[in-house]
Amino acid sequence: MKHTGPGWMIALLASMPAHAAEWTFQPPVTAIARDVGALHAWIMWIILAIFVLVFGVMFYAILRHRRSLGHEARHFHENTTVEILWTLIPLLILIGMAWPVAKVVLAQKDTRNPGLTIKVTGQQWLWQYDYLDHRVGFKSRLATPRTQINNYDGLPIQRSPRYLLEVDEPLVVPVDTKVRILTTSNDVIHSWGVPAFAVKQDAIPGYIRDTWFTATQTGTFRGQCVELCGRDHAFMPVVVKVVSKDEFSRWITQKQAEQQKVASDPNRVWTRAELMQHGEKVYKDNCASCHQENGKGLGPFPALTGSKIATGPITGHLAIVLKGKNAMPAWPSLSNEDIAAVVTYERNALGNKVGDELQPKAVAAARQ
Amino acid sequence: MNVEHGVHDAPYFVPSPSRWPIVGAVALFFFALGAALTVNKVAAGWYSLAGGLAILFWMLFGWFGDVIRESQQQQYGQQVDWSLRWGMSWFIFSEVMFFAAFFGALFYARSIAIPELGGDTLTRQLLWPDSQAAWPGNSAPTSTSYTPMGALGIPAINTAILLTSGATLTWAHWGLVRGRRLQLICGLVATIYLAALFLALQAYEYHHGFLDLNLTLASGAYGATFYLLTGFHGLHVFVGTLMLCVMLARASQGHFSEKQHFGFEAAAWYWHFVDVVWLLLFVVVYWL
Amino acid sequence: MTHEHPHGDHDTVRGWRRWLYATNHKDIGTLYLCFAGLMFFTGGIMALGIRLELFQPGLQYWQPEFYNQLVTLHGVIMVFGAIMPAFTGLANWMLPLMIGAPDMAFARMNNWSFWLLPPAALLLVISLFVPGGAAAAGWTFYPPLSLQDGMGMDFAIFAIHLLGISSIMGSINIVVTVLNMRAPGMTLLKMPLFAWTSLITAYLLIAVAPVLAGAVTMLLTDRHFDTHFFKAAGGGDPVLFQHIFWFFGHPEVYIMALPAFGIVSQIIPTFTRKPLFGYVSMVYATCAIGIMSFTVWAHHMFSVGMPATAQLFFMFMTMLIAVPTGVKVFNWIATMWEGSMSFETPMLFAIGFVCLFTVGGFSGLVLSIAPIDTQMHDTYYVVAHFHYVLVAGALFSLFGAVYYWLPKWTGYMYSEKLGKLHFWWSMIAFNITFFPMHFLGLAGMPRRIPDYALQFTDFNALATVGSMLFGLAQLLFVYNIVHCVRGGVGKASACPWDGANTLEWQVASPAPHHTWHEPPSEAIVRRGLVAQALENRHE
Ligand code: HEA
Ligand code: HEA
Ligand code: HEC
Ligand code: CUA
Ligand SMILES: [Cu+2]
Repeated sequence: MKHTGPGWMIALLASMPAHAAEWTFQPPVTAIARDVGALHAWIMWIILAIFVLVFGVMFYAILRHRRSLGHEARHFHENTTVEILWTLIPLLILIGMAWPVAKVVLAQKDTRNPGLTIKVTGQQWLWQYDYLDHRVGFKSRLATPRTQINNYDGLPIQRSPRYLLEVDEPLVVPVDTKVRILTTSNDVIHSWGVPAFAVKQDAIPGYIRDTWFTATQTGTFRGQCVELCGRDHAFMPVVVKVVSKDEFSRWITQKQAEQQKVASDPNRVWTRAELMQHGEKVYKDNCASCHQENGKGLGPFPALTGSKIATGPITGHLAIVLKGKNAMPAWPSLSNEDIAAVVTYERNALGNKVGDELQPKAVAAARQ
Repeated sequence: MNVEHGVHDAPYFVPSPSRWPIVGAVALFFFALGAALTVNKVAAGWYSLAGGLAILFWMLFGWFGDVIRESQQQQYGQQVDWSLRWGMSWFIFSEVMFFAAFFGALFYARSIAIPELGGDTLTRQLLWPDSQAAWPGNSAPTSTSYTPMGALGIPAINTAILLTSGATLTWAHWGLVRGRRLQLICGLVATIYLAALFLALQAYEYHHGFLDLNLTLASGAYGATFYLLTGFHGLHVFVGTLMLCVMLARASQGHFSEKQHFGFEAAAWYWHFVDVVWLLLFVVVYWL
Repeated sequence: MTHEHPHGDHDTVRGWRRWLYATNHKDIGTLYLCFAGLMFFTGGIMALGIRLELFQPGLQYWQPEFYNQLVTLHGVIMVFGAIMPAFTGLANWMLPLMIGAPDMAFARMNNWSFWLLPPAALLLVISLFVPGGAAAAGWTFYPPLSLQDGMGMDFAIFAIHLLGISSIMGSINIVVTVLNMRAPGMTLLKMPLFAWTSLITAYLLIAVAPVLAGAVTMLLTDRHFDTHFFKAAGGGDPVLFQHIFWFFGHPEVYIMALPAFGIVSQIIPTFTRKPLFGYVSMVYATCAIGIMSFTVWAHHMFSVGMPATAQLFFMFMTMLIAVPTGVKVFNWIATMWEGSMSFETPMLFAIGFVCLFTVGGFSGLVLSIAPIDTQMHDTYYVVAHFHYVLVAGALFSLFGAVYYWLPKWTGYMYSEKLGKLHFWWSMIAFNITFFPMHFLGLAGMPRRIPDYALQFTDFNALATVGSMLFGLAQLLFVYNIVHCVRGGVGKASACPWDGANTLEWQVASPAPHHTWHEPPSEAIVRRGLVAQALENRHE
């Protein structure tokens, strides 16, 4: 059984520092992540010590006290002193661990006084980021093309080095700033995590949960959704770009300006072409993951092509998008323009030809 | 405990091979299959469901018939009697834990979920601005309005009925242990009558809830916990009533002796368990 | 059917009726064990399907939907179909023999407990072929994902109901047998430890199986009857399900560990030829684990965002469980100390168990530290942890138990050579499969994904190779059993192990169809107890 002993473990460990990213924590960039790494190392030493001690004794007995060596059994079967000792000593070790650990828990949970608050909404299968203090928001989704992923014929494929860990638009945050992350979800539970920050927070639909980090280093840090969320659970990475404070304020102003341009006068009447064009984008961003790009649906998700609701009265169509139904999420988070566009799109594309359209104003009215 | 002191009064009764268990397994298979299909609106599911139920009843008749026969033939010694007592107690414990899951859900919804959804929290500010922390009432962020069920009226009457039924059952038991067969039978009849009354009133209450109060399974966490807790309790009352009916039939056939009547006691224990659950229900579902 | 002479030998009906109508604990035990074996292979093949997809990055064999179904069914089938029935089967076969009872307390109900399992398994298998496929939300069935699943989820829900009914009846049987059917002179504190762990396990199961039934019932009504237990829009909470599930789920993992402790506590004294060290503290530790396991459930939920106080409470309680578990490990080692050890296959598996279970326990301890769990939660570190305690723990103990008692079951000796080969091969392949998963977890690879980033490639390839090797080793196991049933390497005596002192070794091998019809005499019981140092020679 020698190969299960610590020797084996150490040999393996020794051969690996060259590939640290493959076998241990990512290098920490927050104080908490450093604490966690230290805690882990410390506890590993304790465990290793116990392991060597306990199994040293056992293997000594296995080697020496065996019948094949003619060893006679001694029939002792009780010793109150050692029994008390080996109850108390582990207890004391654990109590010793408890205090430093509790301090980290309390620090981890202390989300007060953030410098920046970002709402992170999980959605099958992308992340929506909203900068609550700046009224800026965008979606972030996997950038690795499907052609690198689907390989059912087993042909050799050139995969990008950041395979599955790259997104079209990363979250951008300033360095040395306490960032409070509020998580929630539109559909099922997701979990937002960045190992380098030692942050992992489930996104629970209908509830806001929070966590925080203060990155002490600029750079790009990557994580993944870590709660099973259905088909494309493997394909919703988290990428955070930590930039200098100046760069961040430049970036956010630019972002605000961009979004100002899109957000328009609420009373403006959109043309059909505008609606259709914008609708297609909204559809692909939000709806295609369930109803599919072609609108034909999949499994429990109904087809929109020829659907009674999508070709019936427009108010019914609008209502299901606003209010949801069973596994169909409600979409109050989409803007009036988005909803008007996507409903129009669904009725006049994807094989449907109803011919009517919806204006943002009507959506605003229906929200009341 | 008896065994340590050697209560092996007679060779332990070990039943000979029996077809009932496998019949029961087949029954539950079709029942489960049918249920899974029916909830998905597959029409064939109904046949499977009904078939399974029918087989199940056949099995219950056969199996309990065997048990009653064995018991009447005095094949159960004192040790078997103890086994039955232990077995019934642990079964009731498992039932307690089943209800505990639903009581837990009620506690959680009331004390944790609703206050977060409707209190002074980020959850409310960002996601459910119109939500209010109220219980019962329209506590849920989005549910159609309904009127909660009051504690006075039918629930209070039902409490009285069940408490009385516990007393009549105990009275019947006294009759049994003192050899007064008539008292036993009268007590049982009265208990069954009260049980039926309880069920009828509960059916009326549900009817009233659905039609007049707009209180349905969809009425938020309140409606869900209300109907599942009272519904499962009602189901248990129903099963308990069936047990009592069997006991009544057996009593009028002259079964049970003053000393040996565990069948009756088991039904009585079950009944008292159902009673206690109701008291809890009355306090936490209707009253508080 | 006649009932005049309930104890006559006429009740050994032959042919298929013997198995369908069985009331004999040994027959039912055999049924349980065969069923568990079949399910182990079914779940194992699914595991190989998982490993196959993970051999390389990219999607090669399965669509992600199907991968999720594989993972879900693998978990459900291994837990509810393989490990738990195997332990129940062992309890059925061995408890009456070990405590001197003629049969289980409720022999007929016993058969029902067993025969509910195949229908449940059948439902799970059928569910693969219904529209939308099998349940794909993981064995933990978290809503709202499980609310999205198709019809397969309803099949799983009803299968769980059947499994729950089966577990409850089986457990009531075990509890009552232990409490009420012991031989004269065998007080509670003189029972073999396996009887104790079976008792506590059964008690845990009676307490939590109904809770799981309640949880999936709520899922069902949320799915089809418009209730809002787990939907915020109606005042419910998805996290509520997690609380209820893990209130069941954590005791459940001890349900899969305690019987293993019991088995190992039988095997080690036998092959060290020494009484078990610290019998009483073993009993107390078992009870302590049984109680404490109800107070730690939320360590599976450290990242749902609980208040700090809850986080701390559950963390401390979880850490505390290491104390009674440690007591067990130390007692086993003290039993070996100054023994006269020999290393037949059961002993090898027992020692393998002690080593690897401890590794799994240690990784559990690491997970219990909430801040560290922030890094590890839902990564392969957790997968490594629970396969160490489940495969090298529960499963290895079962292998040991099978080798230990095969002579008693079949009347023949198995091939020690093949047994040892099975052990070493499994041991090595197991570690190749699961040890690298610790590193994958540390490096952040999420669990339940069919495809992964490139830096995880090497360890995954290694794990896949290991799993294939591990699977092959199990063919050896099956061959050895079949070989033994057919005569093995010769007839077994009533007590083939010279250090064994419990009552089952007092009856012939193979054990006659009916045993302890008359309770063993007080003298026989005493002789065994004295040899186990549970009673003084001069008392
Ligand atoms: C047989 C099953 C089994 C057993 C026995 C255990 C035992 C333990 N488990 Fe494990 N666990 C699982 C099965 C099991 N677990 C499963 C299946 C999951 C995942 C479920 C899922 O999500 O799908 C899980 C997940 C799991 C988690 C959640 C991880 C996550 O999802 O983030 C945690 C966290 O605390 C945990 C902790 C522990 C601890 C502390 C023990 C302790 O009982 C271990 C105690 C033992 C020792 C510590 C070793 C021996 C002791 C000594 C030698 C004494 C001296 C030691 C010290 C003083 C340190 N387990
Ligand atoms: C209870 C016991 C148990 C057992 C015994 C096992 C046994 C195994 N498990 Fe299991 N596993 C779980 C319980 C168990 N597992 C649970 C609860 C989960 C979580 C599920 C979830 O996330 O919801 C899980 C998840 C899980 C995962 C994670 C999947 C994911 O998160 O995406 C993986 C991945 O490697 C895995 C692998 C294996 C392997 C390789 C074995 C091997 O030990 C299997 C060995 C057996 C065989 C291989 C079959 C027998 C041999 C043959 C049929 C012969 C033919 C073989 C060849 C020719 C090679 N398991
Ligand atoms: C999480 C998966 C999911 C997403 C994302 C989703 N839907 Fe749906 N949708 C569903 C499901 C499930 C139903 C069926 C609801 C029911 O009837 O129970 C549905 C139903 C519908 C229907 C009615 C179809 C019919 O005939 O029943 C419309 C219209 C619709 N969705 C529009 C949209 C729009 C617009 C979006 C994007 C803004 C969207 N959906 C995004 C899952 C989804
Ligand atoms: Cu989103 Cu997993
Ligand atoms: Cu646990």
